[in-house]
Parts: sequence; structure tokens; C-alpha cells
Amino acid sequence: MSEAKKYPAPVTNPETAAFWDAAKQGKFMIKRCTACGEAHYFPRSICPFCYSDKTVWEEASGEGTIYTWSLMRKSPTGPYAIGYVTLKEGPSLQTNFVDCDLEKLKIGQKVKVVFKPTDGAPLPFFTPA
Amino acid sequence: MTIKGKAYIAGIYEHPTRHAPDKSTTQLHAEVAKGAIEDAGISKDDVDGYFCAGDAPGGAWPMVDYLGLNTKKLRHVDSTETGGCSYIIHLGHAAEAIAAGKCSIALITLAGKPRTGVMPPRAAGAELDFESAYGATTHNAYGMCAMRHMHDYGTTSEQLAWIKVAASHHAQYNPHAMLKDVVTVEDVLNSPMISDPLHRMDCCVVSDGGGALIVTTPEIARSLKKPLVKLIGHGEAMKGPRGGKDLDLTYSAGIWSGPRAFEEAGITPKDIKYASIYDSFTITVLMQLEDLGFCKKGEGGKFVADGNLISGVGKLPFNTDGGGLCSNHPVNRGGMTKIIESVRQLRGEAHPKVQVKNCDLAIAHGTGGLLGVRHAASTAILERV
Repeated sequence: MSEAKKYPAPVTNPETAAFWDAAKQGKFMIKRCTACGEAHYFPRSICPFCYSDKTVWEEASGEGTIYTWSLMRKSPTGPYAIGYVTLKEGPSLQTNFVDCDLEKLKIGQKVKVVFKPTDGAPLPFFTPA
Repeated sequence: MTIKGKAYIAGIYEHPTRHAPDKSTTQLHAEVAKGAIEDAGISKDDVDGYFCAGDAPGGAWPMVDYLGLNTKKLRHVDSTETGGCSYIIHLGHAAEAIAAGKCSIALITLAGKPRTGVMPPRAAGAELDFESAYGATTHNAYGMCAMRHMHDYGTTSEQLAWIKVAASHHAQYNPHAMLKDVVTVEDVLNSPMISDPLHRMDCCVVSDGGGALIVTTPEIARSLKKPLVKLIGHGEAMKGPRGGKDLDLTYSAGIWSGPRAFEEAGITPKDIKYASIYDSFTITVLMQLEDLGFCKKGEGGKFVADGNLISGVGKLPFNTDGGGLCSNHPVNRGGMTKIIESVRQLRGEAHPKVQVKNCDLAIAHGTGGLLGVRHAASTAILERV
């Protein structure tokens, strides 16, 4: 089902274009603030924690654990599992889990990023590691 | 500075409709405005403040014009949009405006037709490209909260079901309620899974309808004929993933709006006789009860079990109109009806079967947006004079 699903292409903007350019190379990027050291997601130019403008792009490991999830049993495009992943680097992010048995997801389970194509830049999803 | 006791709710009206294929959204706004104005016993030409949110077609100025409000007199407008809790925030803002002398009779309206009309799309922020593809809906966003709450605190589906059971006990006495049948814990657990771990009966209804309030000065309220209900505490707050740091979906912005309201009112949750708690889903109620301090974080499951929320049975009667879980959820928003049933309880106008005895202090609390993503919360504490 997830293979056939069509995802919308990201619109992108000057603040986030580098993320999507990297995604086209299969790289999953986060932003880190060089002033306070904190990583964040989704990327901002100003650090949301200390308001420094000294934020830099960093390629993330793409590894994390499931913080929570919920399996939507019915939708026009079929069942899908939404959730949050806490990245190895710290930040948590919203995603869908793909390419796995959606009924067997567990909080704390290790997952890794996988990109799925759109008509534009590919979108990051997560699948059991 | 405080708004404590500076503003009274003098008029309330809840539209009886739950299904309005033959009415326009603006018409519903006008009908609830008329209802609240008549309930207060004032004239529409006396209204000098108007409050509406994203459900009002075109926003404040088309609505003021359509409603025929007296523009020579109207001197304060507020279109704060925070989803379903907008109207609780409006109540606080109306009190602020009244306390500052910026208006003296405020009208707040909500109406819409999610069953039989088009709903305006949810506005998107900077997160659009990073979240919209993942299909966060109300069901799964609250499902994610429930899943984590169960993981962290051992909350069970049976405990969540008790919230729906209590709402159904109240709804049986509401002739306008969409779902009047009393249900059991087993009924809830046997209803189809919608988005794990929430079953169909953990979800609120979808209904057309609306509601309106008239908020005024103590002096004007005393000149009218309705029992006196005053706002003594108010809080508002927002919460989101804030860059993904320390994500915790087991609490809501109510953890901040609640204490702000209680502090202003100078009372504690133990003093509350009746609680209107937003109930888009059973988990919404459970988390809010914890966040507002009716029980400790993580103990909401135990608190709601065994009928503790049923009027005449438990310690904290809640949503005695049947709430969003059984009665209505106009425009997929809960804040307005939460205030209205609180005022009914304080006036002694609730159905006799669910009327709380000596009800002198009530809370109306709601959230807007998605608890599992980003949202607002607002808390109002009301006192019978």
C-alpha cells in the first residue's frame, strides 16, 4: 500500500531548500546551533532555543527510536501509521512508518530513515532498523 | 491587575440543530447571536464588542455587517483564532476589554456545518513541507497521545471508556443530543478501532450547529433578569514540538492555562463543583483532568473509572449535556458548548437529572488544534453570585 501511495512534493523555500537538495542525494539533514549546541527539527535559520543565528546544517545518522505511533485503520489511500521518531541526535519529528507490518510497531523500537519519491524532492519516512 | 469579577456572562444560547442542510453558516451565526441577545434580555443595538474565530465566514467585518450590529456603537473586535478553544479565549479577552472600558456588552459567536457544508482548511505554518504528507488528523494525533500515555502510565482502554460511559449517562436526558443511548465500557471496547488505541466510541460526534455568549459589566448584568454568573479566573497557553526537543505528548498546554486561571480565581481544583472539559476524544478529557490538577499526572485513568465523572454518582460531574462525545461538536470545536453548559449549571438551568446541587463554582476548559502536534488551551473559572 505504501509503495503505491503518492506523496505531495514539498514546496520548499529559501530557509529549507538545502534540506531538500540534500534529500535528493539521499542525505537526511538536521540543523544544529553552534552557539548553544542544540540540534532541532524541522530546520530554522534562527535557533528556536537560544535565538542565535549561528545554525549550521548537519547530516544526521537517520537512526532513531519510535516515541509514539497510531495506526489509522481506514483512509482514502488505505491504512497508514503516523508517529514520532526521536533521532539519535536528539530532536523528535513527525513521520509515517513504511515498508513493515504496521500492526507490530512498538514504542522504543529502532527505526531508520528511508526516502520516498514525489514529483519534487523525496520525503523522509522511517522503517524498522 | 486582574479580570476577576470584572465580567459576567449574561446571555447564552446553544443552537438546537445538529444537522442543518437547509441553513447557511452565517445564518447559524445570526440565529445563535439572536438567541444569546434574547437570553440576556438586551437589544442587538446595545452590543459594542464582537468576537469571532475562524469559523465566521470572512472574519469580523463581514460578520459585523451581516449581523447588522450597531456600528455607531461597536468599538471593540477580536478575531483570535485558536481552534476549538477560541471562544474560551474570547471570554477572557472580552473580560479584559470590559475591565479596560473598551466595551461593555460583548457578543461571541460560533457556528458551522461540518456535516452538511464545506469546512475551511486548517491554516498551515512553517511546518507544512515537513509534516503535511504524514496525514495527521484529529483521530491519529490524539491516538498518538493515548498510545504514549498508556506506555508511560499504564492507562487502559477500559479507563478511557469510562469517560464515554459518563457522557452517555448525561446525554440520555438531553433531547438535542445526537447519541442518547447509555453505553457500557464493553460497548466502547467492542466498537471498531479507528486509530490505535482509540475506538469509534472514544471519538466525539460530528455535528452542525453553534452557540453564542453575551459578556457584560457587573452593573449591566445586575440590571438584567438572569441569575448572575461571573468570570473569576482565566488562562490561555500554547504548546508544540518546539524544534523536537524533549517531546512529551502526555501533557497539554492545559498544564499552564489551568494554574493561571486557578491562581487568578484564588481557588483550587478541589473547590470545583462542575467541570466542562473538552472531549474531542476520551483521551482529551483524561489528559486535561490531569493537567488541570484534578488528579496527579498519570492517575487520570484511575480518576475517571467507575463513574467518577457521572453527575450524582461520582466526585466530579463533567459535561452534563453529553458533551462532544454524545451531544454535539459544532464546527468540530468544543469551547463554546463547554462555557454554555457551565453557565447552565451555575444558573441551575441544567436538566434536573444532571443538575449539580449547590453548584457555585465551575470550570470550562478547552483545547484547539491537535494535542499530538501543536495546540492552544484555555481555562475559564466561573462563579455563581
